[in-house]
Formats: sequence, structure tokens, C-alpha cells
Amino acid sequence: MPAERLDSGTVEVDVATDEMLLNMGPQHPSTHGVLRLALRTDGEIVVDVTPHIGYLHRCAEKIGENVTPRQWIPVTDRLDYLAAMNMNLGWALTVEKLLGHEVSEKTQHLRVLVAELNRIASHVVAAVCYGLDLGSFTPFVWGFREREKILNLFEELCGARLTYSYITPGGVTHDAPGGWLDKCDDFLTQFAPCVDELHALLTSNAIFVRRTAGVGVLSPAMAIDYGCTGPVLRGSGVDWDLRRDGESCYTRMYEGYEFEVIAETGGSYPNDEEYPPVPPAAVLGDSWHRFYVRMLEVVQSMKLVRQAIEKYRNTEGEVDKPIKLKQKLPEGEAYLETEAPKGQMGFMIIGDGSSVPWRVRARSSSFCNLSVVRELCRGVLIADVVAIVGSMDLVMGEIDR
Amino acid sequence: MAEYLASFLGPEWQWIAYAFTAVFSCVLLLALVVTAAAAFTWAERKVSARIQDRLGPTRVGRRFGWLQSPADGLKLLCKEDLIPAAADRFLFRLAPYISFCTAFCVFLALPFAGGFVALRLNTAAFFILAVAGLEVFGVILGGWASRSKWSLYGAMREAAQVVSYEIPLGLCVVIPVMIAGTMDLVAIGNDQAGWFWNWYLFHDPFTFVTFWIYVTCAVAGANRLPFDMPESESELVAGFMTEYSGFRWSVFFMGEYASMFALSGLGAILFLGGWNGPIPVVALIGDGVSLTGGLVPVPDGRTAELAAVFLGNLVGMTNFILKATAGVICMMWIRWTLPRLRIDQVMTTCLKYCIPLAAAMLLGAMLWTYTFPGGVLGALRPAPSAAVDVPSRSHAPHGNALHGNALSRRFASFRGSTFQASGSHAEHGNQVDHPVAVAFRSRQEN
Amino acid sequence: MKIENMLKQLEDRYGRWITGSNAEVIDPWIEVAPQRLPEAARLLRDEPEWQLNMLHCITGVDYFEPDEKKAAKVDWQPHVEVVYHLSSMVHNHRLVVKVMLPRWKDGVEGQLPELPTVSDVWSTAAWHEREVYDLIGVRFTGCEDLRRILCPEDWEGHPLRKDYRQPPEYHGIKTG
Repeated sequence: MPAERLDSGTVEVDVATDEMLLNMGPQHPSTHGVLRLALRTDGEIVVDVTPHIGYLHRCAEKIGENVTPRQWIPVTDRLDYLAAMNMNLGWALTVEKLLGHEVSEKTQHLRVLVAELNRIASHVVAAVCYGLDLGSFTPFVWGFREREKILNLFEELCGARLTYSYITPGGVTHDAPGGWLDKCDDFLTQFAPCVDELHALLTSNAIFVRRTAGVGVLSPAMAIDYGCTGPVLRGSGVDWDLRRDGESCYTRMYEGYEFEVIAETGGSYPNDEEYPPVPPAAVLGDSWHRFYVRMLEVVQSMKLVRQAIEKYRNTEGEVDKPIKLKQKLPEGEAYLETEAPKGQMGFMIIGDGSSVPWRVRARSSSFCNLSVVRELCRGVLIADVVAIVGSMDLVMGEIDR
Repeated sequence: MAEYLASFLGPEWQWIAYAFTAVFSCVLLLALVVTAAAAFTWAERKVSARIQDRLGPTRVGRRFGWLQSPADGLKLLCKEDLIPAAADRFLFRLAPYISFCTAFCVFLALPFAGGFVALRLNTAAFFILAVAGLEVFGVILGGWASRSKWSLYGAMREAAQVVSYEIPLGLCVVIPVMIAGTMDLVAIGNDQAGWFWNWYLFHDPFTFVTFWIYVTCAVAGANRLPFDMPESESELVAGFMTEYSGFRWSVFFMGEYASMFALSGLGAILFLGGWNGPIPVVALIGDGVSLTGGLVPVPDGRTAELAAVFLGNLVGMTNFILKATAGVICMMWIRWTLPRLRIDQVMTTCLKYCIPLAAAMLLGAMLWTYTFPGGVLGALRPAPSAAVDVPSRSHAPHGNALHGNALSRRFASFRGSTFQASGSHAEHGNQVDHPVAVAFRSRQEN
Repeated sequence: MKIENMLKQLEDRYGRWITGSNAEVIDPWIEVAPQRLPEAARLLRDEPEWQLNMLHCITGVDYFEPDEKKAAKVDWQPHVEVVYHLSSMVHNHRLVVKVMLPRWKDGVEGQLPELPTVSDVWSTAAWHEREVYDLIGVRFTGCEDLRRILCPEDWEGHPLRKDYRQPPEYHGIKTG
């Protein structure tokens, strides 16, 4: 097969004498992983941004065609490694959708517990790393201190700090150990003031607002057009959350749970009197709103975790164990999207009657969120590119797979 | 010191004394600056750690990790000397030294105490501002010579930022100069002797506001967060310093800490009384001694006087270093709390906020000083009796009577002392004008 | 409206370009002729009853069994499927659109099959189509910037094809 012709789009050439071609990445402190942003700049103003991805491509989908679904779970861990529980959950639910398998209620409550706890961890990392991109070093350390506590909880639960392989098709690998639920409760109790500290240092900080308000304004129509999901979509004011609006095999997990979908509807956020007010300079759809949505979702996740703990304690029965390692998959296709912290994570599995899938597909939210960066970064300053990319909360693991 | 040594030598060899004094001063200052840089590196790590709820260096040097800085310095000396292949080698090598030398030169004219100043200039404030402004050349050269686009961005931002902030910085410095009537920093410091309300910070509300503008401009001039666009770590890796490693980088680094210390010290002298403590202990002790009616034995003679003066200077220097260090720690505190401003926001802050505000403060301070010559406290204090006879300072260009009155009121606390502000003594440093000497002499006269 | 009725309605209205459908499966799908795809896409997005305004995913699936013994047992001919997952945020329903393509254009090995782009209907399609081009080897005509996205720009071959052989070296680096 002949190699594809190298056109001028792939090999950047300095053609205009006024413009400068600047490479941000792949090694760069604030591109959130190995992302290469080729900037064409006119002085400090960015004329064009071309994202180049694929530096972390690990052939996940090809691997999926050679291993059984349970063996592919560690690969899902490494997609969005900051929210591995949610990745596991998405894949487990997709396989269960294909098999037509339903897990017990107790298992569902435990799954909600760990998924939302991981959402807290992921959003905290996103928020404080955003602060780090903008020069605020202290919230980064404080946020990671809190995240360490969540990681310790997970280590006690399943033995791993980051890549859990915990939620598997059919159930979960381990039941919660004794005393673990109390520790989760204690963590949530001491975590609530830390959220306020982060609000004080970031959300309400005048300099932070100046750097993020009005920067990278994404309209709802453009967000939907570019397939943006998650806090990026809700930050533009679109009231859409798969935990409430998704497919029934996913939303039934959240039945009976009370939580708010964080999106500005009717000009205000839900329960907004509890949080710092929206500054006047902030425009709906800008980086500040995307950040704000994440901070508020942390509180909602805390509510969900508390409810999950209580429901788990009050539910009789056993926690389901995973399906057989070489479980035969029926012929057919199943695609399911779940609400991961970064956005909507979709998995597709095509079974062919054997225990190894015919095709496996992972559709990541960061992939689509990144595609809109090019449009948002026209005509901004270089510092704003950092602010916009940071507000998208990208993880290269799930973009490149 | 130079004259003292020269008195031993013949006419043709006088220069040796001066050369020796110059070298001695430079070595002393260099040692001080380098030690200060090392100490501030340690302080930065400890302060940042505590703010971030962690400990900082605790291994190298027992519990507090105080050997971390020398260890880092040693490591940096041993590092490989890397120069990018495309870099301009001469300029690349030159740049850090320009930056450091200009930062160091500021200390030549910066008085650490009434008698401790390497070079007493009667245009010290102007000299310091001018020399500090040369630091930007080192940064621009460093960014340019690295032949890296990122370094170039850092250099360009630095050029815009530092040069722009020199204007409001200069305006802020003009106000204490105007109040004192002289650019001589030693004189400005002495002018604030006494209780802490003599400090220019409390002189009038305009100077109070000016101090905070000065703080902003100093932070900007030292490239510290929230104005650290030139070396913003999360965007430009390290800005103009990206390609520097090892000893060259540590020279840049020392230059940055030296300039932080210098600007902080300048602010301390101009606004916070310099080497004068909040309570005029020496003057009070001097009176106390006389009050005890000679029960406390105090030696007599010129040597004793010199020793006492030296001790007084030492106390003053401690005061000054404490104040300057407090300023540096505050800069660190700000750095680890706030995010950074974008370059256009940095320029907006300078051009649209700092400059008009500083100019307005200058106008206000000018009017205030004209209307209430002694400042707020001078306005409140009643006019002194005729017992005090204070000739105007020789350095004041026109020796206006208003200014003399201000000084007379301030020094009224030296009870019954006759203050000889002699021009002839000025060349020998301010030792005989030092409050200790004054108190000493007053006790002798009593 | 149940999905079976909706699919029936689609077939009735646009039978000329819907070449197949299946409402019984887990994710109901319709099959569209390749050259009709842009038209169909626009209709599906703009039709008031459908309003499929969000394109989630474009997946390329290579149906080819390299093992001859297993190839004799399968009930499909070798082909490439491009699967579009669409949903409507207005009506909260989902639809899968499939396009069947030959594995090689005109049967000539090495010539990639072609499909018109839908990136002017849903802008997100641009990157997904680049990925399908990169990994499965389907050329999307009308796409303004079709180049590899995950593999390096000068990579040879399309990795997710079932008969893909990894090159032993890439710029002098051993690949396996």
C-alpha cells in the first residue's frame, strides 16, 4: 500500500514572514498529556491552532479484538485513567447490554458509590490542574491531598490506586470491606470545607475570573454540532446528563437517587445560593462556566455517594461477581454511552458467537471536546489557549486510546 | 574606612586604601547577596510548602533542611554546561551575568543602616532605579540568545512588563524623595527616625496608598507572580530561562532573588523607616542613662563612641534586613496564592491603573506636604519651643524653611540635644549623626 | 413513537435510499446507500420528528475473516461497514445508520473505498472520519482535511483491518 502523500497540512512550513509557527507540546507543562498544539501566531495572538494527537495511541481497539471482554477491562482503566471506575462501568454496562444481563440492586448501589467517588476525584484534579495552568500552585497541592484520600479508599477496596479494574461485566470484583463505608462517610464530612477553600482560591479569585471569564465562549449549537458532552456541554447551558436522560440500562442505576443536573437553566444554577455567585464578566459557555459546572458537580457527587452508602447498607442480598472469563458473546451489536466525568463515554461491542468480540470501539468525550478547540482559539492570546485547553479537561489516554 | 586606611599611607599610595575599601565592600556585599539568595531559596521552599500544607526540605540539614540550598548550589555547579546548538554562544553566556550584576549593583547604593552603605550617593534613589532597570537587558539577551521561540516570548514579555512598570515605580519613589527633599537614601532613612509614626508610610494618606502601588510595581519588576508572565512555568516552561541549566541558571536565579531583596529593601527605606525600629530604643536608652544620674557606668572616649555607633548600626542593619526579609516573604506569600495575569492584563494594570493612580498620589502628596509640612503627625503636633535650633539639611537643594520645621518637630524627641547636621561630616558617613552618637554626646554634655 | 413504527415511516418516506433496516436488535439500525448518505444525514438532522442533532460516533468495522476455514462458516460477504450512532437531544431517541462498502474500491486491492463526508452536517464527523480513514481505510470524499489522526502521518496500512500486517520497521525502529 503506498504511503499517503504528505501535504502541507501535515508538515507545517513557515510560509508567512509575519506569522510564527510555535509548537506547544507534545512535552509541555500544560497540555494535559502528550498533545501537540501547532500554533500559528502573529505576535502573541493566535491565528490558528492545529491539535495533533496519537502520541499515546496504544491500539486499545485492536487489543479488544484479541481478548475477552473481561480481559479488556484493564485497557479501559487506562483510557481515562483519572476516572477509571467510570470507564470500567461503561464497558461493563455495554457488555451486559449485549448479554442481556442485569446485576443485583446491591451491586448497582456499590457501582454508583465508586463511580461518583471517582467523579469527585476526577473533577478535583481537573479543577486544580486548571488552576495550576493559570499559575495558582497552592490549590493544586490541596486538591491532590484530598484526592489522595479517595485513592486510599479505593486501594483498600480493590488494591489499586489508579487503574482499578474493579467494575467488571457481571458485577464487581470485590465487595466493600468492613468499615470501608464508614471511612467513605468520614471522608465526605471532612471534604466539604475543602471545596469551599477551592472556591475561595479559584472560583471567586479576581485574577482567575479575569483569566477565564469570556475566554473560549462555546455556544450551545456549536457544542452539540461538535459532539461536546459533559461539563463542556453543560457549561454552555445545555441541560443534558445521561444519568437522567440516557438509555434505560444506565439510568436504572440512578433510579431513586436525588441529584441535580448542573447546567444554567433559566439564568441560574440549581441551589446557587450555596455557592459563590457568577461574576458579571462571565459569559455562558466560557471557561469559567465549564470550571464552575465541575465544582458544583463535585457537591452533587458527594450527595450521590452519601445516598449510595445508605442504600447499600439498607439493601439485602449479595454483590454480584463477574461473568465467566470465557463467556460466549451472542451475535449482535451493542453501543452504550455513560456519563463519565469528562463527558459521555461510549463503548461498542460486536459479538460474533465466540468469547472474543469481533470489534470493540471506545468513543471518548475528550476526543470531541478537543476538536472544538480549533474554533475557540482563533484570535486569542497564547495564554488563552492554555486557559481554553485546560477548561476542556482533556485526558490523552481516552483521546488516543 | 577608606580614609582611615589612607591615613597610614603616603600620598602616592592613597589609592591602595580606596581600592582595598572598594574590594572589601564588594566582597562583603557579594557574600551578603549570595547568602541572601541561598537563604531566600530555602525560605521560598519552606514558605511555599507550609502554604501548600506540606513540609518542604527536611532531610538535608536535619530537621529544617537548611543545607538544601548549599546542596542545590553544589549540584548546579556540577551540572553539564549545555548550550543549545543554534544559540548565540557569546550572548548566551553573557546574559545571566548582566542580570546578576545589575541586581548586585543596586546594593552598592542601598544603605543597610545609617553608617553601613557601600557608596553613599546623594542621588541614591535615582541610581538604584536606573541600575535596576538594566536587568531587563540580561533577560532579553537570554531569551534571544537561546534561539528558542518560547524563550523569545518570555524575553519579549519581560521587556514589555519591566520597562512599563518602571514608570509607576519611579513615580512611587518620587514621593518619599519629595517628602524628604533629597534622593539620598541615608538621609531619607534618618528622616524617619523615632517612633514608627514617623515612617513615611504614615506621613499622609497619599503616601500610604503609594506604598501599596509600590508593592505592586515591585512584584511586577521582580517578575514574581501574579506578574510572572516572562517565566510562566505552565506556559513557557521557564520562559527566557528555558535553555539555561546549571550554574548559568543559578546566576539568573540569584539575580532574581537579589532584585527581590533590593526592591524590598528600597521599599523599607522609603516607606517603612529603613533601619529605624518602631520604637526609638536608642534614644530612650540614652535618656535613661542620663536619668539614672550616672549610676550605670558607660565608657567615655572616641573609641567607645565608635563602638557604640557600630553597635547602633548593627541594630539598624538587623532592623533593615528584617523588614526587607518580611517584604520578600510577603512576595512569596502572594506568589503561592494567586494565579498569574495574562500579559495584556499585566500591561492594562500598569498603564490604566498603576500609572494614573501613582500620578494622582504624587499630586496629592505634593499638595499635602505643602499644606501640612510635617505630614499628618506634624499637623497634629503643636509647634516646638525655640530651644531647638535645626539648620536645614545640606543635601536639600534649596534648604527651605518648611522642610527645616518638619525636621525640627521630628527630632524634638531628642530632648535637649543639639543636632548638628553638618555638611562636613557627610563625607565620612552618617556616623556622627547617628542617634546613638547624638545620645552619647548629649549625655556627655549633661 | 416506538422505534419500529419510526423505522417503518422512514422506509415508507425515503425508501429510495434506505436499503435495509432492523428494529429487532439491541440498537435498531437503518442501512443507507453510500452515495445517498449526505442527503440522508441532512434529513435525519432536520426532520422535525427525528432531529438527530448529535452524532456520537462513527465506527468502521471490517468484516473479513482471514482464516479460510472460519470464512466458509460466516453468513456475510467480506465488506466494510461504517456505523453512525446518532441521537436527538430534542426527542431523546437514538438511531444507528449503517453504510456497507466494499473492502476495496472496484475490487482493486490498495484502492480505498469511498464515502461522501457528513462533516458539513455534523462538524464532529471530521475527526471521526479521519479516524476511520486512519484505522480502517475508508476515504471520505469532500472532507477538506483527510489525514491520519492516531497513527503517524506517514504510516503504511490501516491497522484495524483484519488482514493488516504490521510493518517490521518504522523509520529504522523495530515495531514488534
